Amino acid sequence: MALQTHSWPSTYGERAKPRMGFFTDTSVCIGCKACEVACKEWNQIPMSIEGFTGKSYDNSVMLGADRWRHVAFVEQQVTDDPRENGGDLVRAAQVNGAMEEGVQTYQEGDGIRWLMASDVCKHCTDAACLDVCPTGALFRTEFGTVVVQEDICNGCGYCIPACPFGVLDRREDDGRVWKCTLCYDRLKDDKEPACAQACPTNSIQFGELSELRERAEHRLAQFQEAGQEKAQLYLADDEDGIHGAGAFFLLLDEPEVYGLPPDPVDSRHDLGSIWAAAGAAAVALGAGIAAAVFGGRR
Amino acid sequence: MTSYHGQPVIKEPIWTWEIPCYFFTGGLAGASSALAHFAELQDNTELARRAWIVALASNATSPVLLTSDLGRPARFLNMLRMIKVTSPMSLGSWVLAANGVSAGIRVANMWAGVLPRTARVARTAAAYAGLPLATYTAALVSNTAIPVWHAARRELPFVFAAGAGLSAGAVGVIVTPPEHAKPARRLALASAPLELGLMKLMEHRLGELAEPYKQGTAASLARLSRACILGGSALLARRGGSSRGGAVAAGVLMSAGALAARWSVFKAGFQSAADPKYVVGPQRSAIEQGRRRGGARRQSRVAGADPSIGSPATTV
Repeated sequence: MALQTHSWPSTYGERAKPRMGFFTDTSVCIGCKACEVACKEWNQIPMSIEGFTGKSYDNSVMLGADRWRHVAFVEQQVTDDPRENGGDLVRAAQVNGAMEEGVQTYQEGDGIRWLMASDVCKHCTDAACLDVCPTGALFRTEFGTVVVQEDICNGCGYCIPACPFGVLDRREDDGRVWKCTLCYDRLKDDKEPACAQACPTNSIQFGELSELRERAEHRLAQFQEAGQEKAQLYLADDEDGIHGAGAFFLLLDEPEVYGLPPDPVDSRHDLGSIWAAAGAAAVALGAGIAAAVFGGRR
Repeated sequence: MTSYHGQPVIKEPIWTWEIPCYFFTGGLAGASSALAHFAELQDNTELARRAWIVALASNATSPVLLTSDLGRPARFLNMLRMIKVTSPMSLGSWVLAANGVSAGIRVANMWAGVLPRTARVARTAAAYAGLPLATYTAALVSNTAIPVWHAARRELPFVFAAGAGLSAGAVGVIVTPPEHAKPARRLALASAPLELGLMKLMEHRLGELAEPYKQGTAASLARLSRACILGGSALLARRGGSSRGGAVAAGVLMSAGALAARWSVFKAGFQSAADPKYVVGPQRSAIEQGRRRGGARRQSRVAGADPSIGSPATTV
């Protein structure tokens, strides 16, 4: 599994550390929001109260400048519920088996499936935010993570629409862009990020990315064996549109159900055609102006 | 279509009114530089002199607009902290600076007669830096995750180029007496249908993603821009050569049309980011049609599950 990014480990040479990341196993998330709280406390993030949103138990809604972890709550009517399928004993047995295997996520008895997932900056291998940042405020650390240098960011805001996950945002009263640093300060002291340490169910697992990917494969295999066909690993592969992420996920339904893009792409992959079009348009403009001036009599 | 409580997937830009204004002033500065340079080569000094002043003035306005939009305006010089080809904003800052400095030298020479030899190089430099200055802003917005911008990455630079030609022509017509303004008139009259046609072509190629151009503020601005450009063109074609007043009115209308067109593109981006269907829809259908593999995978790469490795209960 190739985990190299454009500037990690190459530019760090001997000082490069193993690439660190998160494996968020959403199947064991209980929606306690300890990650949100621990993140806020450690990183001294200003409060951001949404109040009652009507979006299930979600009161933080989306990642942003003041929300570096966000727990999503999805309530689903379970279509393959054994009681609804009447005499489908095979299906019922499968669900019971899944429960015993620890990969069952249905709420007992009410026919509603409750999906919870703690979202975070993905620390992409091909990070659009880092690519477009004109000042170099965003950089790749020795751990292969993506961090904003707050003494350099001038708040131009280009990274905000560039991110295919809508992670970054500008803090209103501060003017700069803020996002998850994967607790760069703690990593430097060999400590795990605050959210992972606070997570009571190990839904947020922190470690070397190569090791996390291996764990995730075995976890996914467990789901397959239990007949949970919709379980999927998200951003765990080098072949996707961002060449894999530092923070990847085990999801129990399609990514868009959790508010994640099904096919995120770093727009730098199209930069060749973008520059080509801009160049051709510039030449055409020059030709047009020349024709207007030189073509015909004055 | 599935979404998370209807929440957007990506963030809307935080850019404010300064940015569409800059799209206009940047394009005007760039195209005016080229117009001035070519007019000078053709010994049309009346038009050249005025176009250089327009170029310098609109270039000088640009950093003010851009700095005012920054979250930390005092750090505006960080824009020139590095040269980064993956960031159109970085290259664009350098192009803007190059065009501004060389247009400045040209105008200084024009007024004070200083630096005659440098000025000759500077005018060429200003003209050729001006052309990418007029189109890079389209590359800038295309190089984002905003569907209506990113999917239009092949057309948008041409829309902006036509808009820049239109602006330079229109402002040239305003500031230059009709007897010297013929190249500017021709530029404005040729750019106007191109701008309108290219906008239509872009919307056509965007298909369903073009919806924001048909709704809300983006649609109103697009209609306003069409009306201004068409009205201005008609007026310029009929009265521009004979009446100074008619030419000025036409130029103002066409400039307003070019600005409104930039603003429409700007607003469409916000509307496109706000609704998750524009983000999720095309991505999901590309996966379903087998054109893209997507970000998720259901098949494990290991044959048998080993719970001692995969279980969340075991520590990493």
